[in-house]
Amino acid sequence: MNFPILSIITFTPMAAALIILMMPAQRKTEVRATALAAATFALLLSLWVYFNYDKGLAGYQFVERYNWLPALGISLHFGVDGMSAPLVLLTGVVMFTGVLISWGAYDEHHHLSAGIQDRPREFFAFLFLLASGVFGVFVSLDLFMLLFFYEIAVFPMYLLIVIWGWVQTREYAAMKLTLYLFIGSVISLVGVLVMYWTAGRATGIYTFDMLQLEKAGFSGAFQNLWFLPVFFGFAILGGIWPFHNWSPDGHVAAPTAVSMFHAGVLMKLGAFAALRVGIMLLPEGAKHWSWLIMLFAGVAVVYGAYIAFVQMDLKYMIGFSSVSHMGLVMLGFSTLNKAGLTGAGVQMFSHGIMTALFFAITGMIYDRSHTRQIPELGGISKVMPFATIGFIIGGLVSMGMPGFSGFVAEFPIFMGVWGAQWLVAVIASISIVITAAYIMRNIRQVFFAPMPEKLEGHITDITMLDRVAIATLCALMILIGLFPSLMVPLVSTGVDNILRLLGGA
Amino acid sequence: MFTQTMFLSILPEILILVLGVIILIVEPFWKEEKRRNVGWLTAGGLLAAMLVSLLFARPGAPEMVFGGMLRFDWLGFFFKMLFMFAAAATALLLMDHEKAGYRGEAYLLLLASVLGMDLMAASADLVMLYLAIETTSIPLYVLAGFIVADDRSTEAGLKYLLFGAMTSAIMLYGFSLLFGFTGTTSTYKLAEMFAAGQVSLLTVLGVIFLLIVGLGFKVSLVPFHFWAPDVYEGSPTPVAGFLSTASKAAGFAVVVRLFFIAFPGFAPAWTMIFAVLAAVTMTVGNLLALSQTNIKRLLAYSSISHAGYALIGVVAFSPLGAASVIFYLAAYIATNLLAFGIVMAVSRVIGSDDIKDYSGLSRRNPGLALMMLAAFLSLAGMPPFGGFVAKIFVFAAGVQSGYVWLVIVGILNSIIGVYYYLNVLKYVYLYRMPNEDEENHPILLTRPYMIALVILALGVILIGTVFAPWFSWSDAGALNLF
Repeated sequence: MNFPILSIITFTPMAAALIILMMPAQRKTEVRATALAAATFALLLSLWVYFNYDKGLAGYQFVERYNWLPALGISLHFGVDGMSAPLVLLTGVVMFTGVLISWGAYDEHHHLSAGIQDRPREFFAFLFLLASGVFGVFVSLDLFMLLFFYEIAVFPMYLLIVIWGWVQTREYAAMKLTLYLFIGSVISLVGVLVMYWTAGRATGIYTFDMLQLEKAGFSGAFQNLWFLPVFFGFAILGGIWPFHNWSPDGHVAAPTAVSMFHAGVLMKLGAFAALRVGIMLLPEGAKHWSWLIMLFAGVAVVYGAYIAFVQMDLKYMIGFSSVSHMGLVMLGFSTLNKAGLTGAGVQMFSHGIMTALFFAITGMIYDRSHTRQIPELGGISKVMPFATIGFIIGGLVSMGMPGFSGFVAEFPIFMGVWGAQWLVAVIASISIVITAAYIMRNIRQVFFAPMPEKLEGHITDITMLDRVAIATLCALMILIGLFPSLMVPLVSTGVDNILRLLGGA
Repeated sequence: MFTQTMFLSILPEILILVLGVIILIVEPFWKEEKRRNVGWLTAGGLLAAMLVSLLFARPGAPEMVFGGMLRFDWLGFFFKMLFMFAAAATALLLMDHEKAGYRGEAYLLLLASVLGMDLMAASADLVMLYLAIETTSIPLYVLAGFIVADDRSTEAGLKYLLFGAMTSAIMLYGFSLLFGFTGTTSTYKLAEMFAAGQVSLLTVLGVIFLLIVGLGFKVSLVPFHFWAPDVYEGSPTPVAGFLSTASKAAGFAVVVRLFFIAFPGFAPAWTMIFAVLAAVTMTVGNLLALSQTNIKRLLAYSSISHAGYALIGVVAFSPLGAASVIFYLAAYIATNLLAFGIVMAVSRVIGSDDIKDYSGLSRRNPGLALMMLAAFLSLAGMPPFGGFVAKIFVFAAGVQSGYVWLVIVGILNSIIGVYYYLNVLKYVYLYRMPNEDEENHPILLTRPYMIALVILALGVILIGTVFAPWFSWSDAGALNLF
């Protein structure tokens, strides 16, 4: 047993949440500083894990295993592979930048109240509890613990949205989101319990350990039946069409940092769990139903992009673009071939960073202009040049422009889809055009059109911390775009493992 | 012959009795305004009794004592510890109840009722069982109607008494029929007698039905649940908490022992009955909870639905099923006592049980709001709190025994549950007081509340995270049944 780095990463936010809760409520600056320190620590550790993952060895690394309840075969079993290592890093990055932009600024003169000014102590405590849950899901190799952390990642969302969210829709959106996600997770839970007992009866070993369950050899009929609840139960959190409805509402109502977490990380959580539990444990079922996933994902890609195109609200636009981009991830899964899965893996990371950036900048604009209606905005580039550059870079990633991480992700996905079903690839590629259209239109109107008189004089530039956050996110997208070798070989080791389970397809 | 085993088997009860006698002697000598300190004495005494029992009176191999009246085993022992813990917490919560906490009788009645519960959990004979049930119930009738000046409390007491006496008489009829058919009152000999004798299934089903009426009242299964909301609403809040936790758990202790031991041969029939009852109980409890505006009534309906979830473990009729019921009850006792404790702590300051009046609680006392969050999320079945693991275990037991449909009903119900529990938290965290001046209306906790609530909250989190020890104790208890 070596250094338990994954447990430390997972429990750092939780410990920080406890410390923060014990601090006096008035010491807002100290609360924020503690939060930032914990987030930085977690980010550094996740970077260390990312770069020390041995691609030559592949498989699960940094493995830790503690028997938690041997009587039922529950263990605290942590490990990362090529699929989850980038996602751990993604969580670290989003957590770090989320804290930075939540720090905010307060300026009575300009009617500016950015970031979290009301009860930051509770905000960071709940946010970090959520972060712990997210880390836990990405590193868990035990199905029980995966569900445990999954639920921990879901319920703080309700409080975060309902307390700090956008006044007009927060109650509705928070409840809708929570119920959708809870329904999804309990549907999967039934499937998981059935898998547990069936595998136990077949092999004589009752365990929630996924590495054991992989070898359970479920019958084809069993897999075909239970794949649907397990996969789609989790995929609801991945925002798969037609169960995506909670997602844009939730994005819009959530405060900025929570939108970043929500779109940047939580939706990956759903996709990741659907992959790890659905596809990897029930590979025959995945082959049987891949056409259905492809259908749903294909619709999501085009339909999401189209709905985003007609949105007038900046946050709704990004929310629906997330549905479209997550559709690409699911499309990659549905191919079940090397190119498609690798692209999906990179897309999860790329979209997480990109969408976090979008929401961060949207939040900064909204805090200053008090509107998100695209026609009511304009001329932002004059006062917020740094944010403008960030948004443009995000836009280029979103369009899948070469040189940015979006291209590295989307190109293999389309290759994979072409290999599986060329017609879907053709139809899905329409989304690229629509995406380009709404991103360009948006950049022109919000950033470069003349500034409405109403806003004149109210808009101030972003803070130093905001710039650090934007720079971090942009740098990652450009780095991956220019040097795909930083990520693609890593992800493809994870994909090899999946392909092995799928029977070397 | 009075052997050492016999002594050890009832050591907890002896200690409770001694404690009661001490209180009887000491209380009259204390000045009236000091009498709330009986609460410290009761809680401390119960914890000491638990400690002594845990150290010296742990059961070994199961053994019949007192001529087969009681059984000395882990199942009974674990339940005894749970009841005593619940009573200790209840005693602390009673202390600052304006109308009940300053009278020593309240604590004495509490002790008498725990004594009965302990015997319920251990009894292996129908006669003993009935005596124990009555020992438990009669003090509780008095406690529910303890505030004589309050009409609602009197109503609660009377209602509880009438329903209780009625159902208990029906159950007693069932017991007498059992004796008539088999010629024995020993729970442990009934099964043999059934196997040997020529008792028809229909007859046994009739008897089982009579028993279910009595026990269903105790654990408040639908359709024997009508008393619960009114009684919880009217009786002193800590008593309501005790009724909804320990008393319910005692009912389950009897259900598990009686049905698993005495009627294994008729399992397909009664598990089916219980499955239907569980489904109905969960659904009705949750649906009625949706529209409540009084927090005590909401908790009453939620506790009805929780009896339904726990019953899934009974329906499973397997070692894991029994263990999961016991685990569920442990988690549920800590959680629901915490919830009622918070309601008590809040209502004695704001003088209301309306959910509306919880607005702004998180600004009036952030710590209390956090504990409320823990309690309600645990009731909703969210990790890292006890309710999550407990639910997964009963669901796992249900799936193992092939009751997938029942588990799906349970899961649909927990979705409804999430809705109304989160709704309460919305008041606590989001809504504000009419003038937004929460800092002028802090809710201060007195020391007994502080201690009781923090211990319960830690318990809820411990059960939900480090669940191995609790599960292995539940499992040890469950193995005594097979």
